[in-house]
Amino acid sequence: MEKITLASQLFQYLITGLTVGSIYAMVAIGFNIIYNVTEIINLAQGEFVVLGGLIMVFFHVAVGLPILIAFPATVIMVTLVGILLDRLAIRPIRQPSVLTLIIATIGASIVIRGIAMIIWGKDPFDLPAFSGRTPINLLGAVIQPQYVWVGGFLLVIVVLLTLFFEKTIIGKAMSACADNPDAASLVGINVKQMISLSFCLSAAIGAVAGIILTPIALMDYNRGAMLAVKGFGAVVLGGLGSFPGAILGGLVLGTIESFGAGLIHSGYKDAFALIALLAVLFIKPSGLLGSVEVTKIKKF
Amino acid sequence: MDEERTDTILEVNDVVMAFGGLTALINLNFQVRRGVIKAVIGPNGAGKTTLFNVITGTFPPTEGAIFFKGQSIEHLKAHEIARLGISRTFQTVELFTNMTVLENVMVGCHMRTKSSFIASGLRLSTVRRKEEHMREKAIGILKFIGLADKCNESADSLPLGERKVLEIGRALATEPTFVCLDEPAAGLNETETLAASNLIRRIKDQGVTVLLVEHDMRVVMDISDDIMVLNYGEKIAEGPPVEIQNNPRVIEAYLGGGEEYDA
Amino acid sequence: MLQIRKLPLIVFALLIVVFPWIARGVPAIANYPDLMVFAGIYCLITIGLSLLMGYAGQISLGQAAFFGIGAYVSAILTAKYGMNPWICMAIGMVAASIVAVLVGVPSLKLRGHYLAMATLAFGIIVFIIFNEEGEWTGGPDGLIGIPGLNLFGFQFNSVEKYYYLVWFFVFAVFLFTINIIQSRDGRALRAIHVSEAASSATGVNVSRYKIVVFVYSAILASLAGSLYAHYLNFINPSTFDLFFSIKLLIMIALGGMHDIWGAIIGAFLITFLSFEWLHFFEEFEIIVYGLILLVVTIFLPQGLAGIPHMIKNWLRR
Repeated sequence: MEKITLASQLFQYLITGLTVGSIYAMVAIGFNIIYNVTEIINLAQGEFVVLGGLIMVFFHVAVGLPILIAFPATVIMVTLVGILLDRLAIRPIRQPSVLTLIIATIGASIVIRGIAMIIWGKDPFDLPAFSGRTPINLLGAVIQPQYVWVGGFLLVIVVLLTLFFEKTIIGKAMSACADNPDAASLVGINVKQMISLSFCLSAAIGAVAGIILTPIALMDYNRGAMLAVKGFGAVVLGGLGSFPGAILGGLVLGTIESFGAGLIHSGYKDAFALIALLAVLFIKPSGLLGSVEVTKIKKF
Repeated sequence: MDEERTDTILEVNDVVMAFGGLTALINLNFQVRRGVIKAVIGPNGAGKTTLFNVITGTFPPTEGAIFFKGQSIEHLKAHEIARLGISRTFQTVELFTNMTVLENVMVGCHMRTKSSFIASGLRLSTVRRKEEHMREKAIGILKFIGLADKCNESADSLPLGERKVLEIGRALATEPTFVCLDEPAAGLNETETLAASNLIRRIKDQGVTVLLVEHDMRVVMDISDDIMVLNYGEKIAEGPPVEIQNNPRVIEAYLGGGEEYDA
Repeated sequence: MLQIRKLPLIVFALLIVVFPWIARGVPAIANYPDLMVFAGIYCLITIGLSLLMGYAGQISLGQAAFFGIGAYVSAILTAKYGMNPWICMAIGMVAASIVAVLVGVPSLKLRGHYLAMATLAFGIIVFIIFNEEGEWTGGPDGLIGIPGLNLFGFQFNSVEKYYYLVWFFVFAVFLFTINIIQSRDGRALRAIHVSEAASSATGVNVSRYKIVVFVYSAILASLAGSLYAHYLNFINPSTFDLFFSIKLLIMIALGGMHDIWGAIIGAFLITFLSFEWLHFFEEFEIIVYGLILLVVTIFLPQGLAGIPHMIKNWLRR
């Protein structure tokens, strides 16, 4: 048997941390997309991830559709949920305040969670990994092929979003809404549509996160709240509204969690990310990258 | 008597206020004499409201010192400055919209009374007496500003003119010796403007020093003893109204800035 | 003027006093006094939360933590060390206040989403601690053998005795809180809710008031936790999880957080919904809660307590 050295152990934590961190980064990007257009923190963001995983289980495992069909089908389904969330829970609110929006998105997340529990039950589900589960050995660390997929998807999402926001007219219109909704509507941008679109985009990204996370960590109806809180942790760490910040924040948070659980106390795994969140909120609420300068590059 | 009149109540020394790359106040120096009405005028974005925010402790100045009655106050928090006797109104009218007219003024009485949270919870007789005292004082102030008949109406339901007056009343309830009034006549009609001018004069007559930001030049020229002109965060002129009216730099700042100005 | 009228209060008090007699005579509601003990315990928490969120406008999504701190301090000190329960109750409240100050001082500088998420994270961290520090807390299995209360030899050994004890506390706290609301402190809190800038310019020490009201709500939650532990004689961490904090939010949102009566109404309804009326729904229970939150935010922003006001406004038109 190969001898496990401290260095390879630490490397293992780092790899695991970055993988989980990529998922947090995706959740964080989802938060930011909606926040930048609407200034709403959508606390149902974690539910998109859960639905992504569970609906994929349904299409791919239960129905038996091939991945290439099940994947987009799942993303579309979750995107529809995103649109419904906007239409049924957010738009009807007549006097939106931070508190009512928090309550509304919590309400929506509970409804989604309840429905998921009724459909899928309380047990966790597994998905087959995209390219099997034969681990790759690298510098003494065991790397699941799925980890590579996670990193790859994060990269793809970043590239696509960058192109979307910088090259397409719709993307530019969304950025304009983020900067100044009044001015945007004056130049003929349909702000309501942009809000809908922001919910679509972040639901879709959440769905992707759920689909690629499930083969690593299983999925059950009850995971949404924790994913949302940690995703928000990543958002705060990187500075609210900043996309590069969200990615950095997610990766840092995942790494902190992985090292904390490995080196200090595995029972407190979930606590480390939250303590990091509190520490940032208390010391520098504008986040690691947050400052006047960063708000200018909050888009890719 | 003459000596007291020239006595300085507020002194602003080399104050700089920078927000990131933007400098809103540049090396500002001025004094306010006790018992006068001093107006601060200037085009939009000249730094007038920022000046109020710095004096009243909304944020500390980036550099410089502010003395009130000889005491340095630039490091104090807003409520501590209020306690020393500086009170203010807001350009955007920040009333407590969830309260009645009377309650708004009673919040103003808040800091001149004391009672512990526990005493309030037990509603001790001392608390009840103080409450009664605050109510009487607040009604007195409402009479002074002419809103006594509306004391049980919701502050939210008042028209703009009365909201501005009520905000002044709330400021007076803190028993200030110095009040900063941010555009008390903006958005008011002819009659209301006249009433506001009168009210400000009566406040001065009570011995309270007034620092006034106002765009309505008739009000400014009518009631101020002294005027300071700001432009892009810098003081470009200071003096009695007649002098300011004929100051070429002032005229240029207003006309050059494309501002509408009818004096 | 924010007047809280005396008559409804007296009627309510009388109803509470005579209710156990009525329940004794009606078999269908024979278990209601037991539920009312829980409703009373939740009222203690929601009254504090209403003052914190509805009046002062500060969001807390971690109130379950203070409830848990009270319960665990009482449970550990009485069950493991045999200390006097009343003293433990006081220790619990002191502990909750200390934690509230430590968390509140940095948290309450935050606003809106940040404050909500900070308190949420705090609540989850405390929940994890309850689970992990098994040596003290019994871990996920919880603690058993928490003794009942007694006062100078008088044993609280029946549901009815606890009923009167708990409701005695609720009334004391309710009156105290109403007095606060109608005093200069209450005005200061409501002022902070609308405009921190105007409040501090008017001489209100905003940060001090926020801390005081946060500590007050923590003390009430802790008191509720102690009573809960002694009533049930058993606690485990799942009572104090994130969902309980959310449930508290549902209570005050449903009842109406701008009115102190809303705290009582909400605590009642949610207690009876979760222990009694939603039993038939079982799995659907959670969906019902979510729908309540959505329906209330969309159609009843002032909660049930705001309905009379809504009707009045509607008639005036």
